[in-house]
Amino acid sequence: MKHKAMTAAIVAGAVATAVAGLSTTTTPAQAQAKEKCYGVSLKGKNDCKAGAGTTCAGTSTVDYQGNAWTLVPKGTCVSMELPGDRKGSLTELNRDLPEA
Amino acid sequence: MPTTVDPAFGALADMCAMATSDKVDETTFCEALFDPESSTPVGLVGPDGETAPKRFSVYRNNVVVSLCDALGDTFPAVKNLLGDEYFGALARAFVTRHPPKSPVLLHYGADFAGFVESFPPLEAYPYLADVARLEWAWLQAYHATDQVPLDPSRLSSVDAQSVGAVRFRRHPAAQVVTSRWPVWDLVRANRFDPSADIQIDLQLAQSVLLTRPELSVDMLLLRPGADIFVCALFDGAMLAESAEAAQKAFENFSLSDCLSDCLSTGAFADLDVA
Repeated sequence: MKHKAMTAAIVAGAVATAVAGLSTTTTPAQAQAKEKCYGVSLKGKNDCKAGAGTTCAGTSTVDYQGNAWTLVPKGTCVSMELPGDRKGSLTELNRDLPEA
Repeated sequence: MPTTVDPAFGALADMCAMATSDKVDETTFCEALFDPESSTPVGLVGPDGETAPKRFSVYRNNVVVSLCDALGDTFPAVKNLLGDEYFGALARAFVTRHPPKSPVLLHYGADFAGFVESFPPLEAYPYLADVARLEWAWLQAYHATDQVPLDPSRLSSVDAQSVGAVRFRRHPAAQVVTSRWPVWDLVRANRFDPSADIQIDLQLAQSVLLTRPELSVDMLLLRPGADIFVCALFDGAMLAESAEAAQKAFENFSLSDCLSDCLSTGAFADLDVA
């Protein structure tokens, strides 16, 4: 039997199992005593960044001209080796190229 | 102000409008904002009536840097994977090619994953785009409409003959990110659980279900075949046919386990019985 047909009985049985397993674990713990502050955004998302640490010091365009393609990543990604046969998904690399 | 503007540009124009004077049109101003090579738009003058290139450069730099910072806040795992310097340069490359289409910064970065994927210098790190996709999905789940998830007992009241024909309605926050890379491990190691000792195995393909039943976003690593099952249900397919599709792709697919995952995480808002 390659794969079983999903008969009504199989589906009903799986549903019963799934729901039965849940009823003991969920409901009471769900009442979280938290309040959501509506309109309060994640940090940095609703502020115009005129404060300290921003770039009024960078009056020229220097800060602005990063050449990512001449840099080398230095984060945690460099420590991971790609398996050899897993790099095949880059067929679309030629679209949306930056004008170097 | 023109009476009709392209909606996408209109939002950008709104953003720029405060800074424009009567002498500079918004199009010119906005184009100059995102082109570091451009000179100060003619007519943009300081209080002394003289052209103000330095003031404009400061303003332009602040616009770009604030957008880069917003990207860094939205994609902290990508930032950690690349390092601050590389991420900063990548963000600037993105910002100048993909200016905001809305003045709301929490909507900024929808195109970032696609940009990362097609950025030739990152060819050696093909998993980065999926990490960005997962982080973007997290943000969408975070900001999705609040809704009480489906009460699992509703499913019990459907009679056995009809339950296979049940269709579920996706909860507004619920999303699936399917990947051929270990995105779940990558995002936990680089964002949510950096102190944990997570071994990244790049041979692993992981798909993640994001939900927000109440206030905080939950991420669940999906079992094999579950991504097909959940995506089919989200597309409006019936329960039985979604389970069959998953089982065709993965023989040991467990309907009860996957359904239990969906119900306990609040992936559905409602159900319809045919």
